[in-house]
Amino acid sequence: MILAFVEHESGLPDEVSLEALSLARSLATAEGTELAAAVFGDEGAALADELGAYGVEEVHHVTHDDLEGYAPEAWGESVAQLADDLEAGTVVVPGTDRGHEVAAHAGATLDAPMAANCVAVDVGDDGAYELERHRWGGSLLEHARLEGERKLVSAAKHEFPVEAADEETDPTVVTFSPSLEAEHLRVRVDRVESGDEEGIPLGEARVVVGGGRGVGGPDDYDQLEELADLLGGTVGASRAAINEGWRPHDDQVGQTGAKISPDIYIACGISGAVQHMVGCKGSETILAINTDPEAAIIQKADWAVVGDLHEVVPELNDAIRERT
Amino acid sequence: MNVLACVKRVPNTGAKIVLTDDNQRIDASNLGFTMSPHEECAIEEAIQQVEAHGGSAHVLTLGPEDATEQLRTGLAMQADEATLLETDGAEWGPRATADAIANAVRDLADDGTEFDLLLFGTESADAANYQVGVRVARKLGRPCVTGIKSLDVEDGTAIAGREVSGGEEIYEVDLPAVVTVKEGINEPRYASMRAKMQARKQELDHLEPAGAAGGGTFEKVRLEAPETDDSAAEVLGDGPDAVPEIVEVLESEVEVL
Repeated sequence: MILAFVEHESGLPDEVSLEALSLARSLATAEGTELAAAVFGDEGAALADELGAYGVEEVHHVTHDDLEGYAPEAWGESVAQLADDLEAGTVVVPGTDRGHEVAAHAGATLDAPMAANCVAVDVGDDGAYELERHRWGGSLLEHARLEGERKLVSAAKHEFPVEAADEETDPTVVTFSPSLEAEHLRVRVDRVESGDEEGIPLGEARVVVGGGRGVGGPDDYDQLEELADLLGGTVGASRAAINEGWRPHDDQVGQTGAKISPDIYIACGISGAVQHMVGCKGSETILAINTDPEAAIIQKADWAVVGDLHEVVPELNDAIRERT
Repeated sequence: MNVLACVKRVPNTGAKIVLTDDNQRIDASNLGFTMSPHEECAIEEAIQQVEAHGGSAHVLTLGPEDATEQLRTGLAMQADEATLLETDGAEWGPRATADAIANAVRDLADDGTEFDLLLFGTESADAANYQVGVRVARKLGRPCVTGIKSLDVEDGTAIAGREVSGGEEIYEVDLPAVVTVKEGINEPRYASMRAKMQARKQELDHLEPAGAAGGGTFEKVRLEAPETDDSAAEVLGDGPDAVPEIVEVLESEVEVL
């Protein structure tokens, strides 16, 4: 049995969870076993209708009187107990904050190995997994071996396609009641404070205008803001610019910041360090504006303008304004 | 309040990552070393919490003798003490690392230093296994919150915030606890030259790491630098003269105008 942890919003599965289901189903097929899903929350059972398309045969709806809202250790403990109950060889989770947290707790309970952010998993002749996973935010691949009576893998975000199964299933819904102690429930979301909803979040923007060290100071981001506004996008920054204090940390694009996937990323005065590129490699296209024709970003970009952003961007803004 | 920040020495990679001939590690012969950005914030957070509540801030790493460089960075930032769990330089997996750190925390407690708060980066910059902090917490029987970008301690309770779509999830956990942090929780300070000089002379605690991976296997076979599309960009032009071409791209190719 392969057990997939599925996150959802009001009964609709999250995209990364569906991606992880593609991985889980390929493992179930390779091992000639069944695919089950673990779901939490009041609307969890409603997921069954959705998950049949992805070849899930059993939906285990985890319920417990004291389980209200997200509680990482309790969720991990529940997944571990369910994996033991089903004798699931592998637990597959989405490569999200929660997916990783739940898997790490489940791995601790099961004393089982966990491989995070996998991009490919093959089942070897001996049943051990030969896998590839991201290191350095995806700029390096690790080939690793994972085996055990129980093991955990997370599917790296946006590395697996969301694919319906060849044969749709009609999953049975089973209620699973974990046995939880007070200590499993001591960490839980106490409340959610809503953020200031200004502008478009970086991760969702269709256009991102990024500024790096080449911008030269906080004030010159005004030009980039203007360009972003004209294109209905938002502004990002490199870690170098954040460290200079020119932009707030929330604007950071990169390994330790936001991962973006716009239609176009306009990178201004950004050299293109590996740690930055892993944040913007999801961009459909990249336009680099840089004084240095040898800058690494030029190698990664689709289009380049060799020149000073302080001269190019204001003129570009004028040109765009004139046409509207 | 005593706070321990755990960090990892990693190569300071530039625009391209080059591997050693045996594909087992990054060729760092021309690179400096640093620590993961999240962990620099873990040290800063440890120091700030101690500044606010008293006690002492410690830094710990598991790594080769050379990793004292990262411990001294922490000391220069004004951490009080540093501990090296010295290895022969071979890479330790996440479970053995977590076991060794949990054992070291117990050893330090036996020697009189009980930590109220253990801070980690949510994931390391290099291996990014996303589990060491959680596994340490579970071995020590302590509550754990991960991916934290705001932290307050009040009356023995840690109030920790994690960014989620549209806001922040707030957790409240009793100390002693484990918190894994993300860059952005604070702005790590720059150490003064004087502090760096002093840190160079400071005594470090060396401990023999004792850690076992446990059941099952997760082991690195080799590393691979993935092929990247390095076909040079189409140069649209030089300077402002390229503006009409940029507009054309935005209009016809990307269709955002």
